[in-house]
Amino acid sequence: MTRALLALLIVLLLAGAARAERLIVSVSNHRVTVTPNYSGEELVLFGSVERDAATPPDRTAYDLVVTVMGPRADMVTRRKERTFGIWINTDYRQFLQVPSYLALFANRPFDAITSPEIARRQQIGLNNVLLTQRVGGDYADVVPNDAFRSAFIRLRTQRGLYREDGSAVTFLTPTLFRTGIPLPAEVPIGTYQIEIKLFANGAFIGKTETAFEIVKVGFEQFVATTARQNGFLYGLATVAMALMTGWMASIVFRKD
Amino acid sequence: MQLYLPIADLPVNVFLVLAMGAAVGFVSGMFGIGGGFLMTPLLIFIGITPAVAVASVASHIAASSFSGALSYWRRRAIDPALASVLLCGGVTGTALGVWTFTQLRALGQLDLMIALSYVVLLTTVGSLMFSEGLRALMRTRRGALPPRRTHNWIHGLPLKMRFKRSKIYLSVIPVVVVGIVIGFIGAIMGIGGGFILVPVMIYLLRVPTSTVIGTSMVLTLVTMLFATMLHAVTNHLVDAVLALILMVGGVTGAQFGARAGQKIRGEQLRLLLGLLILSVGVRFAIELVIQPSDLFTIRELGVSG
Repeated sequence: MTRALLALLIVLLLAGAARAERLIVSVSNHRVTVTPNYSGEELVLFGSVERDAATPPDRTAYDLVVTVMGPRADMVTRRKERTFGIWINTDYRQFLQVPSYLALFANRPFDAITSPEIARRQQIGLNNVLLTQRVGGDYADVVPNDAFRSAFIRLRTQRGLYREDGSAVTFLTPTLFRTGIPLPAEVPIGTYQIEIKLFANGAFIGKTETAFEIVKVGFEQFVATTARQNGFLYGLATVAMALMTGWMASIVFRKD
Repeated sequence: MQLYLPIADLPVNVFLVLAMGAAVGFVSGMFGIGGGFLMTPLLIFIGITPAVAVASVASHIAASSFSGALSYWRRRAIDPALASVLLCGGVTGTALGVWTFTQLRALGQLDLMIALSYVVLLTTVGSLMFSEGLRALMRTRRGALPPRRTHNWIHGLPLKMRFKRSKIYLSVIPVVVVGIVIGFIGAIMGIGGGFILVPVMIYLLRVPTSTVIGTSMVLTLVTMLFATMLHAVTNHLVDAVLALILMVGGVTGAQFGARAGQKIRGEQLRLLLGLLILSVGVRFAIELVIQPSDLFTIRELGVSG
């Protein structure tokens, strides 16, 4: 809580300076539809840094960090251990309201953009993103090298759902930039927040936000929602389908 | 052709799943079993989570046992009285099974329990069936007569009832217990249980071979329909699209399997089935004992917002 307040205070203090540059961004598609044969796609985010009279004339080298966050969910990470010769889930940690998709992109390696202190405060890099765990009755993020936290990030990264790339943002001109946002086949459905943070000479000077949405359409979506919301009807339909198929087969292949 | 499975939440190749359904259907038609014990592991091996596999296979087994039960019904090879007593137990067992399934899933031990049950059950049943088939084969080689059936302790139990079509006089207690056990393991493991039920009914309950398969199919049908309903209502894990592809492949394959099965002798058939069951059990055992490539797993507890 104090960390959030501190962050707010700093943002307010920096607000005066931040007014000097304005970030204008847009994504190539605000509504991505997942169809039956969806196999992943890439969105493009582009934008420009608008300078005005208040901008110090010597400030020309900008750094950008783009954070894309999918819908939040509670997740459990479990660890297997050998017990009586077989591998059993023994210990677990619960992660509370963590992004189901998380991508961090920058134009330079994260540690080259700003100081470790600011990087931590601005949640720059997967090691600095806040991932709240329930530890007993307490809620806290733990050190980046915690076994469960690093396993969590590693597994999400393997599935293409968490990623960081210190060279994904390209400046086309000193103020015009673009980056690709890869969305894998098993991308979670929901609203995605994008935060674009601007740095100059290691100092945080402003940010802007945008969003896009991933929706499932068609038959799949219908089936998934029905299964979740009308379990009983869905069960009845499945049962009827099973009986129909069985009955049809007994007619088609009837021998006597 | 890729198709996105709505509940399993992953894209699969339709033809692969269809072929799997047909292959399992062939085996099940050949041996006169539901084939759930092959289907569920196959689905797990192609990346579908054990929970979704178990829940979806239930409806697939229901379809294949319904087409089987219909043809047995026409041949008057089903004992309605015996089937209803079995069902009393079966429905109770299924409800208990689905409840246990939900509890284990919350504890994160479901996958382990599914794997363990497969190892214990399949290696036991497989080796029993294999050795029995081997002995029967030796006997026919030597030309000896099969051993005479004798009454056992089960026939001394109270609450006896006459099952007319099967022409047996039997206590309802073991029948209900068998129903409960089959319903319970069926709901947890995603199997119809035919491959256990038929031997148990023949050797323990002394049900004549004329009614045993038809009656066991009725139990399988009703418990699997009930399991589908319960899994759909409590766990929302039944993938209807996956189930439909499996059903279509399964019922087709079963017809060809049944024809192939008639060409093989009974003992050899049992030997083969025993071997098949045993190998699936061993496959699961190896999986449990060797160190997994990753010790950590993640499970999402539902997306909000």
